[in-house]
Amino acid sequence: MIAEEKNGPVHPVIDQIRQEAACLFIEGRLTHDTIPGIAKQLKKIASRDVESIDIAGVTQLDSAGVGFLDQLLEDQFHGASLIHVSDKQQQALDAFSSKDHQLPPAHRDPGIFEKIGESVYHLRHTISELVMLISEITFWSAVGVFNSNGRRKGSVFQQILLIGSNAVGIIALLSFVLGLILALQSAAQLRQFGASIYVADLIAISMVREMGPMMTAIIIAGRSGSSFAAEISSMKVSEEIDALRMMAINPIRYIVVPKFLAITISMPLLVTLSMVLGIFGGFIIGVSYLDLTPVSYFNETLSILTLEDLMVGFSKSVFFAGVIVVIGSYFGFRVEGGAEGVGRVTTSAVVASIFAVIFLDAIFSLIYMV
Amino acid sequence: MKPVPVIEIKGLVTRFGERTILDNVDLDFYQNEVTVILGGSGSGKTTLLKSILGLVTPQAGEVKLFGQEFDLENEVAVNTTLQRIGVLFQNGALLNSISVLENLAIPLEQHTKLNPALIQRIGRVKLGMVGLAHAAHQLPSELSGGMRKRAALARSIALDPELLFCDEPSAGLDPITSAALDELILTLRDQLQMSIVVVTHELASIHRIADRIVFLDEGKILFHGSVPEAKKCGLEVVENFFKVGTFS
Ligand SMILES: Nc1ncnc2c1ncn2[C@@H]1O[C@H](COP(=O)(O)OP(=O)(O)OP(=O)(O)O)[C@@H](O)[C@H]1O
Ligand SMILES: [Mg+2]
Repeated sequence: MIAEEKNGPVHPVIDQIRQEAACLFIEGRLTHDTIPGIAKQLKKIASRDVESIDIAGVTQLDSAGVGFLDQLLEDQFHGASLIHVSDKQQQALDAFSSKDHQLPPAHRDPGIFEKIGESVYHLRHTISELVMLISEITFWSAVGVFNSNGRRKGSVFQQILLIGSNAVGIIALLSFVLGLILALQSAAQLRQFGASIYVADLIAISMVREMGPMMTAIIIAGRSGSSFAAEISSMKVSEEIDALRMMAINPIRYIVVPKFLAITISMPLLVTLSMVLGIFGGFIIGVSYLDLTPVSYFNETLSILTLEDLMVGFSKSVFFAGVIVVIGSYFGFRVEGGAEGVGRVTTSAVVASIFAVIFLDAIFSLIYMV
Repeated sequence: MKPVPVIEIKGLVTRFGERTILDNVDLDFYQNEVTVILGGSGSGKTTLLKSILGLVTPQAGEVKLFGQEFDLENEVAVNTTLQRIGVLFQNGALLNSISVLENLAIPLEQHTKLNPALIQRIGRVKLGMVGLAHAAHQLPSELSGGMRKRAALARSIALDPELLFCDEPSAGLDPITSAALDELILTLRDQLQMSIVVVTHELASIHRIADRIVFLDEGKILFHGSVPEAKKCGLEVVENFFKVGTFS
């Protein structure tokens, strides 16, 4: 900052601009805090036909001031010149002159048709990338079951804790509440027909075949799918993935496979928990609100459930587990930019995996119907 | 003329947990001078800068900036003081989601009422000063490490600060760009009367820019003075650094 009276008392000169004949006089400080006021004054005098700008009265001139003068000389008073420039002011003018620095033209934002075209064009690429990722994850996981080389010791166990045990509480609670709600809703209807005991059937079938696996998958997608995407993408952004590659370590084998194995082990267990607690929720309503005996509720539940129902529930859960890992890591590896890219792919991963879980659940239902 | 101190540090102690990083540091930095902070990796240079700026809370001691106590409780005073200060962080710290030019505009938009055209013009000048005008519309993630450093330097001088801190400005730069950056630092000192604190290890750079050096070792000030004094100060570590350029 150029200041002739840096530590002196506050300068008595007011920061102002005025015109006399064809000369503009600027006085006081011409710095980033005074310029808006000076620009306003200039607008008021609305001067034209200025041939020179006298800055002898300027006590302080910073880069904003120089920019302001440049602007005046280039646009408003084209052809005018500065007069009474002191040495110190000249130094500032030289240091902050914008004449030699031109910006390149700004990028143009693509239009809507361009965007649609681009996404269609990239669709093929996306699909082939996904297929590659799935095959790589499947291959290395299959290898990883027998051979723990290429991943950190204990990483699968650690991931089971992270994905599985830490989710026990929330899944138990939500499943229980879901069981309560389902039972209450259906009880009101079934009671009218004196068919209260069928609440047990309804809860058992829906929790085991549909709600248990889907609820668990949605919670895990929100909890762990997001963290996969965030972890992988931030590793990618900070070049950690590249560093692994250069150490001849396959990042999929090192990062994704432990998660895949862990989630494949955890999901069926969590789903079992969800089924049991959902049924327990129904049981509470049945016994308290519908006056069923605990034994009859229990017997009804056991008699309606078949092995096939359980197989449907568990096969779904394993499938959903795979989907969550694949989508989480797909978005993670696809990150672009920095921290804000990490946020973006994390959101996308959660939205996409919840969508995929529900969509696939519908397809499963269709398949098992026929 | 007796040099005027811009930063006065007395009895500064900074600990992380059990480890004492800065141990009772007394130090003055002077107006219109380039002071270079030297020391091995992990000797506490960045911690010293952060303690001065209040980014790390020291356990003891006082810091005066521009002759006033830097009282972190008083937010208004801190913010007015901070507007007179520019900081270049060790790893740039540009906002990644917006272009380089927009990064430069942040302090100008937040702290002044200048119109957008003028802000863009100032941004253009500052980018030109670090030789990056051509990259104005790129995102920081699209720049090389050295370019990011230079863009960050441009941002730190956006408001023409009176006091500038640079943490390793030339790390990761080629010798030519590094020399150009040194020129820029000298320009800032001579033409704009800035006081500048630079952390660097590069001997060539130190010879070009340093008015004074501060040699940190294990949390203590080993030496404080000019380069010629340092070369014959009688301390083995310091003299050795100037002979061979290593800390040992
Ligand atoms: N946030 C923190 N928590 C704990 N310890 C820290 C923290 N920041 C720094 N340290 C420790 O303080 C010491 C000094 O760190 P500092 O970053 O100041 O070093 P430096 O001199 O800047 O090194 P370099 O030249 O490598 O940048 C180091 O030993 C480091 O481990
Ligand atoms: Mg450092």
